[in-house]
Amino acid sequence: MKITHAEVDYVAILGRLALDEEEKARYQSQLDDILKYMDLLAEVSTEDVEPMAGPIELYTPLREDVSEQSLPIEVALSNAPDPYESHFRVPKVIE
Amino acid sequence: MNLYEYTAAQLRDMLKKHKVSSKELTQAVLKRIGNVENKVHAYVTIDADRALAMAEAADKRIKSGNAGPLTGIPIAVKDNMCVKGQRTTCGSKILNNFIPPYDATVVGLLKEAGMVILGSANMDEFAMGSSTETSYWGPTKNPWDLERIPGGSSGGSAAAVAAGEAILALGSDTGGSIRLPAAFCGVTGMKPTYGAVSRYGLVAYASSLDQIGPLCSDAVDAALLLDLILGHDPKDSTSAPRSYEPCVNYLNKSVNGLTLGIPKEFFNKLDNPETSTAIEDAKSEYEKLGVKFVELSLPHVDYGIAAYYVIAPSEASSNLARYDGVKYGLRARDFGGMIDMYCQTRAEGFGDEVKRRIMLGTYALSSGYYDAYYLKAAKIRTLITQDFHNAFNNCDAIFCPTAPSPAFKIGEKMNDPIQMYLTDVFTIPVNMAGLPGISIQAGLSSDGLPIGMQLIAPHFEETRLILLASAFQQVTDHHTKKASL
Repeated sequence: MKITHAEVDYVAILGRLALDEEEKARYQSQLDDILKYMDLLAEVSTEDVEPMAGPIELYTPLREDVSEQSLPIEVALSNAPDPYESHFRVPKVIE
Repeated sequence: MNLYEYTAAQLRDMLKKHKVSSKELTQAVLKRIGNVENKVHAYVTIDADRALAMAEAADKRIKSGNAGPLTGIPIAVKDNMCVKGQRTTCGSKILNNFIPPYDATVVGLLKEAGMVILGSANMDEFAMGSSTETSYWGPTKNPWDLERIPGGSSGGSAAAVAAGEAILALGSDTGGSIRLPAAFCGVTGMKPTYGAVSRYGLVAYASSLDQIGPLCSDAVDAALLLDLILGHDPKDSTSAPRSYEPCVNYLNKSVNGLTLGIPKEFFNKLDNPETSTAIEDAKSEYEKLGVKFVELSLPHVDYGIAAYYVIAPSEASSNLARYDGVKYGLRARDFGGMIDMYCQTRAEGFGDEVKRRIMLGTYALSSGYYDAYYLKAAKIRTLITQDFHNAFNNCDAIFCPTAPSPAFKIGEKMNDPIQMYLTDVFTIPVNMAGLPGISIQAGLSSDGLPIGMQLIAPHFEETRLILLASAFQQVTDHHTKKASL
């Protein structure tokens, strides 16, 4: 196997996904197939090749430093699962 | 002929001459939706009241004499483009109740042009799929054969146009998601150059690959819609700061003397005889028009799928981190603490394929594997892009099939991710290099299924694709064939 059960556990934690045992077993086997297919990549010689992050030359677009209207607070909160006054409410983080 | 069977260009003339009103047209399309939507399932959300109000406003504008070419034309928008005040779900349970507080830039452009927005078209969840089967809302069916998939991920957009449930549609294409459904549903679909159409308000999947484009009946309609949406947007930092020549200036022009490249790596893979025949026939048509063909090589395209399935899931795993049950979208009911809230929310809200790609991307970016996967794939992306640049020294555009075979059966590839991924073998390299590509219908299989052909041009040469597609459609009638429903 190219990916162990422990690695599947670890990746699920990193990806913030609660998976049950059945899902973990299935993903392990499917990811294993996919990673085996990706062995193809090792065939290509990439010495002295620059990696490419995107297809066009990126630049940093700048605009005048003037304030523009932003979303009103109540609109920004309108899709929140648990809004409280003008805040996004989350479970207690520090005991 | 029913109103919903005309092209946008034909309807524009009829609207202008007051032979029909936008309201009558919109009512005809809504009636068609009422008749066939239960078979096709092209939409996630339909807003008939809003569509009729937009149609009435368009009629006023037409009467007052300041209508644009697309004023009053009904359009479907893929469910990953924000429509202010209308639920936009990206085909996912996690955004099941998301009501965008703003319009995507492209949606704003449709509104300014006086178009009639019918609703949001079905798609693979987060645009991850080649069949529209991964949608939380269930699959869209191919109007040509309801037991088959329409292609994906913009399957709802393509099926809506093919079924007469919309005159035009917008889709998005990360690895073939416009061109593949266009091919499978027998419509014309273009992925423009990366950076040519604003992505502001498009739900992100893989940000270095995603691009919005048109799905429609023919090259004329594609030109009309492209002329509306191509352009610089300061709200998208990857939007190219340049201007665009009108695509409509390239309709009905001669292609005599142009050269099309045939990449041997693509043709070597073609084992479907009916697709081969359709592509050969299309080649003969072009030759009659004075087009020359030259065989060429794209030595690294064979690694396109493997590199794509490292890069796209890597970007997705990062982009989808925002779905945390805090700012918008679903939040799980039962959880332990903060971290568990994230984990339970995402487990409940994401479907199988999305979880698989998050896992794959997270793995490829994780410590110890980054060099072997992400960095390696990013270097191969450079080589694939160089292959295309070299090829364009010897040809004006590249010619190949859009897909290895016509549409497959619903369920056929759902349990075999790699087989599903291989469907995009001819389209993925185009996204890797950020090039524009168009799919147009080349013929029908013996089962009556559409077969698509693809043309690929250098960066920002959308007009060349319109020129080539339009010249082909002038002398053939494949694009006028309709699914019988």
